[in-house]
Amino acid sequence: MLRASTAPDTAELEPPVQATPIRTARQPAGSILYLDGVSVSFDGFKALNNLSLVINKGEMRTIIGPNGAGKTTMMDVITGKTKPDKGDVLFNAEVDLTKLDEAKIANLGIGRKFQKPTVFEHLTVFENLELALKTERGTFATLFFHLTGQQAKRIDEILGVIGLGDRRKEKAGALSHGQKQWLEIGMLLMQEGQLLLLDEPVAGMTDFETETTASLLLEIARDRSIVVVEHDMEFVRALGAKVTVLHEGSVLAEGSIDTVQADHRVIEVYLGR
Amino acid sequence: MATFMAAFMIAGLVVCGITLGAFAASTARADAYTDAIAGLASPGFAEKAAAIEALGRLGDSRAIPVLEAMADNQLYTRKADGRLVTGSGGRDITLTDAATGEALGPATSRDLTRINANNAIRTAVGAAVGRLQIGDPDPAKRLAAAETMVRSESPDTVPLLRDALAREQVEDVRAALTLTLAKLSLSSADPGERLTAIKDLSSRLTPEVRALVTPLTLTKPDGTFAEPDPQIRAAATELLGRIDTRLMLTELALNLFQGISLGSVLLLAAIGLAITFGVMGVINMAHGEMIMLGAYTTVVVQQAFREYIPAEFFGLYLIISIPAAFLVAGAVGVAMERGIIRFLYGRPLETLLATWGISLMLQQLVRAIFGAPNKEVSNPGWMTGAVEAMPGMVLTYNRIAIIVFAIMVLAGLAALLRYTPFGLQMRAVTQNRSMASAMGIRTGWVDAMTFGLGSGIAGVAGVALSQVGNVSPNLGQGYIVDSFMVVVFGGVGSLWGVLAGAMTLGIFNKFLEPYAGAMLGKILILVFIILFIQKRPRGLFALKGRAAEA
Amino acid sequence: MLLMSRLASLESRRGWQVFLILLVLTIVLVPVLNLTLPPESPFHVPTYMLSLLGKYLCFALLALSLDLIWGYAGALSLGHGAFFALGGYCMGMYLMRQIGTRGVYGNPDLPDFMVFLNWTELPWYWWGFDQFWFAALMVMAVPALLAYVLGWLAFRSRITGVYFSIITQAMVFALMLAFFRNEMGFGGNNGLTDFKEILGFNIQAQGTRIGLYVASAVVLALGYLISRFIVTSKLGRVLMAIRDAESRVRFLGYSVTNAKLFVFTVSAILAGIAGALYVPQVGIINPSEMSPGNSIEIAVWVAVGGRGTLFGAIIGAFTVNGAKSFFTGAAPEFWLFFLGALFIVCTLFLPQGIVGFAAQMRARIARKATPAPEEVGNAASKHRA
Repeated sequence: MLRASTAPDTAELEPPVQATPIRTARQPAGSILYLDGVSVSFDGFKALNNLSLVINKGEMRTIIGPNGAGKTTMMDVITGKTKPDKGDVLFNAEVDLTKLDEAKIANLGIGRKFQKPTVFEHLTVFENLELALKTERGTFATLFFHLTGQQAKRIDEILGVIGLGDRRKEKAGALSHGQKQWLEIGMLLMQEGQLLLLDEPVAGMTDFETETTASLLLEIARDRSIVVVEHDMEFVRALGAKVTVLHEGSVLAEGSIDTVQADHRVIEVYLGR
Repeated sequence: MATFMAAFMIAGLVVCGITLGAFAASTARADAYTDAIAGLASPGFAEKAAAIEALGRLGDSRAIPVLEAMADNQLYTRKADGRLVTGSGGRDITLTDAATGEALGPATSRDLTRINANNAIRTAVGAAVGRLQIGDPDPAKRLAAAETMVRSESPDTVPLLRDALAREQVEDVRAALTLTLAKLSLSSADPGERLTAIKDLSSRLTPEVRALVTPLTLTKPDGTFAEPDPQIRAAATELLGRIDTRLMLTELALNLFQGISLGSVLLLAAIGLAITFGVMGVINMAHGEMIMLGAYTTVVVQQAFREYIPAEFFGLYLIISIPAAFLVAGAVGVAMERGIIRFLYGRPLETLLATWGISLMLQQLVRAIFGAPNKEVSNPGWMTGAVEAMPGMVLTYNRIAIIVFAIMVLAGLAALLRYTPFGLQMRAVTQNRSMASAMGIRTGWVDAMTFGLGSGIAGVAGVALSQVGNVSPNLGQGYIVDSFMVVVFGGVGSLWGVLAGAMTLGIFNKFLEPYAGAMLGKILILVFIILFIQKRPRGLFALKGRAAEA
Repeated sequence: MLLMSRLASLESRRGWQVFLILLVLTIVLVPVLNLTLPPESPFHVPTYMLSLLGKYLCFALLALSLDLIWGYAGALSLGHGAFFALGGYCMGMYLMRQIGTRGVYGNPDLPDFMVFLNWTELPWYWWGFDQFWFAALMVMAVPALLAYVLGWLAFRSRITGVYFSIITQAMVFALMLAFFRNEMGFGGNNGLTDFKEILGFNIQAQGTRIGLYVASAVVLALGYLISRFIVTSKLGRVLMAIRDAESRVRFLGYSVTNAKLFVFTVSAILAGIAGALYVPQVGIINPSEMSPGNSIEIAVWVAVGGRGTLFGAIIGAFTVNGAKSFFTGAAPEFWLFFLGALFIVCTLFLPQGIVGFAAQMRARIARKATPAPEEVGNAASKHRA
């Protein structure tokens, strides 16, 4: 399943010539996610323009940017939904993600939570988690799958973490918006991915739910890398992670929340001239 | 006074002289003519043939009916007085004097002796009549003459034809004359004449010429060439090559025309679908029935014209049918949308099933009203007939009319979408429903009208399709799969895509047909589309990027 | 072992009881009523009725197969008539070869229509069909292969929803046109008919008819259990998840293409078997079985019964075909009106079919009886409506 390609040496051969304002690490080594010179265009509209980004193992990163900055497209490229026109996307410094489809990428250990919560509404909360459970994904393996006691315990555990223990037998469609968001995060946890991509995890949540989510994320960030795309500045501050600002498909600024908020280009982009 | 008298007398003499001279000349010609006519009754076939040829050479067109009567075994001598007569009619024969054309009243076969003709005589008659008609003022007669003269074995036919060709203005007759001339010259013993014949033919690249020249290039069973002269053979081979190229081009052009014609039919059938499916995303399986309703509206309007409108206006029924069909099918469409489809938006598979149900009911309804057998629709006068665009390429008017009509409908629709307020509202609703609603557009009304428009156009297509095929309750079923293929192939939501899809499929189909047969051609196309969708899942003219995924 | 334990846990005990009672009723009671009671008895099941029920059993299996791919995986195939007919043709070819020298032309190898077309030898694709085991294998293999190839092309390109429906409809349409051609070697317009015997038994004999009927019932029961096994497995939940949110399933790491391909192929095999059982019972197979209208009709059986429930598909096939038999006898001109209305009524008012409606009614009655505060499942289904 896992087709590990040899680590491409393009990074050494081709020193980046493009002068983006901020460029951090230029070596894929040690990174969990490495994007270099990624461009995507739809009918002439450049959704991503020579985007370069490196996420280190164990790092939590928040990505902000105005509408149309390319945040969702970036997620699409990483998870295989969209193929980039050019550029490298490496996972664990060696696997070329542009060659794989969504399912293979997911099986590498990259989980994704969508902007609009997508859970399987006709399955129960428990079944949703069961589907996300890290097991053999082959069709026949799935057909003959039998839930072991240990796996059931693991699901119970996650149910506890996301606070849906007493609703396990309900259809996911009956959950509230915030609960669906949590269920989806729970599904990411079941996948036991090394890298989690979360697209606006607190959109539509109450303040209390947002706070709970922030602490939940900080909790799970201990043993994996997380990329969070978010608009809610309070939430970003609460996460306290390094912030990358995207604008028009490339990186505009990078640094702590305070640095970024003080950056005049960022202010310009957000407030307009 | 004397002078006056003399002048008068001279004048009188002159007048008399002129009259007399004229009379004498006329009598002389009349005599030759009468003699030749009389010769037709000669006992021997050789004499008869000589008389026929003489008549042909005299150039008197009065001989034509006599000669034709002879070829039809209707030339007799009357037993009573030995007069040569032509007769017409079966048992009671009406007689006409052969020489003078004087009507002689009725007779029975017992009063007459038939003058026998054999095939040699008939051939001679054909040649003589041809000779006589070659100078006829009616081009159609001259054309017929040019063709019959091939059978003339007379040596002076060739100069006569050359003469006629030099004078001839009408192109069709010129072609026939050239061909006849060449046929006669090619059998000439003189190699020079044969070569001239091939040169004469060099601008006439038709299948007839091909048939004429081909034998020159063949070998006889003993291995020698049918045409001994190598120069002539070379000329013939070269001519054949050019003819084959031309014929191929003609066939290509004809296939193209038929492909475009079929493409127009597909286009008409699919345009409405481009609105309901392409713009609104509604899978209307009853789309074919909208076409069928349009065709039946045409039947009804035609019937009404037959019964209530004077016959000279009959040709107008088609013009009236177009708005009538649009209204009928459009109204049914609006009713469908308001009554059923609007409850199913966002559930395409359910829409598919419900509209299939509607299609079954509409078919059965029409069957109940009009009966199951095919209805006949007659083309109005101005749509019957054909034009020959190239030799061997006949384009019928009804096909041309459909092509023009399809393009007009497409252009009209494009203009409607682009330039009218309704078109603007329609595009607004399809792009962002809630926004359009917030801006005060009555989205429900726009939906109904859009669906009505698509259905109405399908009805209009039915008017056109009634002119080229049968009108039966199943009419629509034949078009539904094809229409969907066109829209899927062309790209959903694009009028250009529908045009390109329809034309590509139409032409493709017609070019495949000669090799694969109609059915296999259709199958190959379906397979092709299935494979095509692999490469371009959203059709030829697809929207790309995020907009396409909405 | 796993299979057994899974099957045992498939149903509640009551479910098993209902299943077994129905099975016994169909395969024991009906033939017994046919054979033992005199024709004038009110409980006598005439042989024509038995054949009719046998036909319905085949249709039920066909409906079941469509329900697997449509009701569970959400891909509405409008080409299931093709799989049904292909299975039927495979069986028909076997039955044609069994005619032997008893045909009109008495040719030991060539079926009559080939002799009529002046063919001199059997086409290669007819080889082997004189053996029952080979024909039986092909009954499954041919539809499976077609489904696999078509499914691979369609699912790989992520052709979903109505596009999938249209493509499958085009497929069945193309096949119908192909089978109409005499040169295809399947009897053209007339198809395959005039069968004499199956496995050595006279195909017209009452005993054979009962045998075929029982075989249909048993196969339907097996088909039901296999389908049940699939839909209650984790794969079944993956399929339902695909139905709800296909791309989300991909991001969980499942191959949507393979899952759909698997269930589409299984579904085609079941449809092929249904066709193979149908043909000896009706005595003919011809290309009109592949008309697009027939395939769409299968969808309405499933919709009427209730898609996404296996039992619903079976109930739907019996209900609609029962109605069809009634109408074609009583008022044939109204049948299409009725069928058309059925399509509309079902989609508008009974999205979950008879089974869903019954469940709703039951829930409503239960709620009236005890005003239960946690009517959760019901809330979920209302949420969807």
